[in-house]
Amino acid sequence: MSSAAALPAPRGGLLRGLSDFLLRRPGAYLALLLVPPLLWLGIIYLGSLFALLTNSFFSIDEFSGTIDYTLTLSSYGQLLQLANFDIVIRTVLMAAAVTLASAVIAFPIAYYAARYAKGRMKAVFYLAVMMPLWSSYLVKVYAWKLILAKEGIVSWVADTLGVTVVLDGVLALPVIGGPSLSTSYIGTFLVFTYVWLPYMILPLQASLERVPGSLVEASEDLGAHPRQTFRHVILPLALPGMIAGSIFTFSLSLGDYIIPQIVGGSNLFIGQAVLIQQGTAGNIPLAAAFTVVPVAIMGLYLWGAKRTGAFDAL
Amino acid sequence: MRSDRASRPLKLAALGGLLFLHVPLLFVFLYAFTTEEKSYQFPPPGLTLKWFGVAFARQDIWDAIGLSLKVAALATSVALVLGTLIAAALARRQFFGREAVSLLVILPIALPGIVTGIALRAAFNLLEIDYGLLTIILGHATFCIVVVYNNAVARFRRLSGSLVEASMDLGADGFQTFRYVILPNIATALLAGGMLAFALSFDEVIVTTFTAGQQSTLPIWMLSELVRPRQRPVTNVVAVFVILVTFLPILAAYYLTRDESQHK
Repeated sequence: MSSAAALPAPRGGLLRGLSDFLLRRPGAYLALLLVPPLLWLGIIYLGSLFALLTNSFFSIDEFSGTIDYTLTLSSYGQLLQLANFDIVIRTVLMAAAVTLASAVIAFPIAYYAARYAKGRMKAVFYLAVMMPLWSSYLVKVYAWKLILAKEGIVSWVADTLGVTVVLDGVLALPVIGGPSLSTSYIGTFLVFTYVWLPYMILPLQASLERVPGSLVEASEDLGAHPRQTFRHVILPLALPGMIAGSIFTFSLSLGDYIIPQIVGGSNLFIGQAVLIQQGTAGNIPLAAAFTVVPVAIMGLYLWGAKRTGAFDAL
Repeated sequence: MRSDRASRPLKLAALGGLLFLHVPLLFVFLYAFTTEEKSYQFPPPGLTLKWFGVAFARQDIWDAIGLSLKVAALATSVALVLGTLIAAALARRQFFGREAVSLLVILPIALPGIVTGIALRAAFNLLEIDYGLLTIILGHATFCIVVVYNNAVARFRRLSGSLVEASMDLGADGFQTFRYVILPNIATALLAGGMLAFALSFDEVIVTTFTAGQQSTLPIWMLSELVRPRQRPVTNVVAVFVILVTFLPILAAYYLTRDESQHK
């Protein structure tokens, strides 16, 4: 046969010996595969995380501005000061609001894609969610800067429809309002929701795909109102997917410093506080303590999520 | 009764959600042609092509694009090797610490980017490594590994073990089996993973802010323009360019791994 002629001849020598050795010793083979990546991730990445954690237990000498390398909890003490604690609360509330909004907007898209979209339509839906997910983060933020600017698209639409009064009324609200949408928390909230929405849709859709159609039919046959079917059959089964999605939206909102910097008010979020503390303020220990906050919150969150079985929906 | 057609409110809500996802990006295209320089005035007072010429002549933009391409290419190469190795090790085997390894791979994207960024910065400080091309690549490769790993591991699991055994039975050694049997089978998955890693690196800004020195990658350049706008229409043109550059590898990666997403 001609294909047999194309087979490479068995080799002798060193490579063959090495190959045979690895075949006989699966452990050595596995080690050979794993050592390079583990060296990289273990040393560069875990080492860095450890360095960061260690830094958070140092303190800064207020007079010289140098780092004092004795172990102390003073940076964590500083976190509890009103101004810093405010930042933590603000960030967590924003992350929670963004997560809720993403779940509400994502649900119809995920449900339609999972249950009704077939064949070609399904591919269209998949790409329609993947494209915004993968397109440039900064460009997405930038697009909203255009939309929310004082002289931008939202103002123009409000003006054209004659509802400028409503827009002004919303902006006049305490706390969440501001001089314009692009300098208010409403703006920050909209951009966060927009940017992280695909991360909610994908796991939600995956869990909805696994809801058996027969269960929905059974519920309908037993006389349940569509709303009851949704409440008692679909929602509980979709919950793990929703929680899986919320891990992304929550974590990404907690750590982001670019969106609130470009679209938002003057009060800080955790990410911005970290940036300022390690940059202009030069207080690395406090910056490190600030970064431990989202890590700790996410740790708790993941622990809780694991108990609901959300990881199977990832 | 089985309702095979979606109700009208569901359709409208799904359509509304998709519009919400896509319409904002369309405005970026429109603004690349505006004649208004000083503000984000809508609707644009006039349309012009001149900003494409202006952007084309800017050396700082070309430098940023060049650096971004270099970083993305090198980080992707590192990630391809390391990600494939991990995928090969984890795909079929059970061993002590397996869960820990898979967690370690995911960690760089599961933790907020700012944590990865500042952690790397703290480590580079400690080791007194100067910020530059090397530090940017170290950071990017770290979070690109997971993308390659995800694509490769799915393909390794589909690769039938009997193919490898047949190759060995025919007298090929391990390296020949890899070269002639495994590699052709995982090639498209690696290509897809590589392209996604490339797109991820090309677009990354959060970690890069911490690991870059004086040089600007394209996203760093854009960020500085967003914070302190100098010539807004030029930024619009660059934004359009970035959308198009990231669009193509993602679409290609989708077509390369289409079967896997349908078999899920």
